[in-house]
Amino acid sequence: MKSASNLERVLEAGHFAVTAECGPPRGANPDIVREKAALVKGNVDACNVTDNQTSVVRMSSVAGCMLVQESGTEPLLQMVVRDRNRIALQSDLLGASALGVRNLLCLSGDHQKFGDDPQAKNVFDIDSMQLIHLVKTMRDEGVFPSGDKLEGAPKFYIGCAVNPFADPFEIRVPRLKLKIDAGADFVQTQCIYNMDTFKRYMEDACRQGLHERVKILAGVTPLKSAGMAKFMNRMVAGIDIPEEIIQRIADEPKEKQAAKGIEICIEQIQEVREIEGIAGVHVMAIEWEEKLNEIIGGAGLLPRPVMEQ
Amino acid sequence: MITGTPKPIEEILEMLEPYDDIILAGCFGCVTVCRVGGDKEVQVLASTIRLAREAAGRKIEIKEVCLERQCDPEYLEPMRPYVEDHQAVLSIACGAGIQFMAEKFTRTPLLPGINTGFLGVTERQGEWTERCQGCGDCVLHLTGGICPVTRCAKSIFHGPCGGSVNGTCEVDKNVKCGWQLIIDRLVALDQMDNYTKLKPYKGWDSSRDGGPRRILREDMV
Amino acid sequence: MVIGCLEGDCHYVNGNIRARARVKRVYQILDQIDIGPERVRMYNLSAGEGAKFAAFTSEFVAQVEELGPSKINLARKGAGNATEQEVDAT
Repeated sequence: MKSASNLERVLEAGHFAVTAECGPPRGANPDIVREKAALVKGNVDACNVTDNQTSVVRMSSVAGCMLVQESGTEPLLQMVVRDRNRIALQSDLLGASALGVRNLLCLSGDHQKFGDDPQAKNVFDIDSMQLIHLVKTMRDEGVFPSGDKLEGAPKFYIGCAVNPFADPFEIRVPRLKLKIDAGADFVQTQCIYNMDTFKRYMEDACRQGLHERVKILAGVTPLKSAGMAKFMNRMVAGIDIPEEIIQRIADEPKEKQAAKGIEICIEQIQEVREIEGIAGVHVMAIEWEEKLNEIIGGAGLLPRPVMEQ
Repeated sequence: MITGTPKPIEEILEMLEPYDDIILAGCFGCVTVCRVGGDKEVQVLASTIRLAREAAGRKIEIKEVCLERQCDPEYLEPMRPYVEDHQAVLSIACGAGIQFMAEKFTRTPLLPGINTGFLGVTERQGEWTERCQGCGDCVLHLTGGICPVTRCAKSIFHGPCGGSVNGTCEVDKNVKCGWQLIIDRLVALDQMDNYTKLKPYKGWDSSRDGGPRRILREDMV
Repeated sequence: MVIGCLEGDCHYVNGNIRARARVKRVYQILDQIDIGPERVRMYNLSAGEGAKFAAFTSEFVAQVEELGPSKINLARKGAGNATEQEVDAT
């Protein structure tokens, strides 16, 4: 076991894993995290806490993880390399591990121009690939990258994100392989709408045996309305929503569009379960956490397995 | 070349508030090539300043000069006989030249007339784009001659990130994704095994991050 | 007044087009220093269009007269000598 986290044990035992996401608040109010955590509890094997997503300043991911952990759900720390140099990254990792965080997702991070501080300095001291390598070195060899021994190695189940819908398509699987070579244990994909593209991606990945080296969780995001779908397609880089899906929602009257979005999300989960190499699902119901129970239950994934200590 | 953009005229006029007699110094080097600080630009800027000041009811004397370079002491020394006859120097050379002049003429206020930009190339007359960050540890041989530090908005070494769409960077649709360019070039050169290797963490100490830099050639000093 | 050949008829191929871009730049500079872009204008004419030239000139002169003395001319005359009318005209 790399970290013996709940997520790792669920996946190693061969269960189809479920994770979800919590965005911390734009402020210091911990109750907002506690409310979201309460909606997540019981529906997932681990819950991601985002790290200043889209460069918009939010309560820190580590703090969010602590609140999620207190509420009884296993947290998954997201860490971007946009804002912290390698000194701060190592330090925060040691701290998070000391506080009991056992899952980590290593990310580049959206460029700061998207947030409220586009004038901020651009750090990117090491990239997400190198962060994976750094954590693996600390975890498995018990040393800093500089070579000094650690007074206690951090224990993390190391994850990375992939986007099968970004360009160029041909490089996406080779890049996944690089992340696995660097030390990734699991993968969460960007949210999927275009099943054809995703299936091609997974075929390429499986042909290279990557699904046996790493656990791949397919990302899904329920659409609240046709408007939301069109917005995401236009404004969010790397999102590809086929016209048929937008039309299915648009065909519903406004009050019924949300329900249709959830129905489509459940269908997607059932469809990815059938794809070879998919070990779980990552449900990103951003600001819609109250629907998690309905979506995950509707997909037949409740109750979640309870792993013995 | 080193590129730059003109400072807004209001900013320049504000800097010139205390002065009635200045030298306006251009440079025949990089700033001439990118049309921001050469001889012609000195003339246009001097004219603009004079008109603005006259319209405001205040005269200003401007001695217009354009030096071969402002970053070599030999080219600055010829100014020494007359520099103190004027109250200030407004320089439209790059930041290195402006500072060097300030160091050589310590009793004269030195004012920057441009905002120095980046190390870049001429895409076509009127358009210049950034190519080099001066990181001090060049890896162009591994990336098909395209710099990941400069041309990737996130300076990543194993790109592209998930924000690359249609060869465009998520930062700006007019900015090409540096890693798309690198991959296209590696494919064309049949060097894709350069891509599949994990690169060591970048040493930023050879860049300005390690402190202001210095080159010393023992064989020359 | 800046006069260039009709577009497409430039002896130097596109000198007139470049000139227009540069005149535009002059507008910007004059605007930035509050003198105003209306005192410079570019017209396109062929050498044989004498009547048009006269018409453009009259038009432009009228425009400038309506604008009145520029800030610079006023400043040169000295603020105290400027009449109410001249000040209003700018």
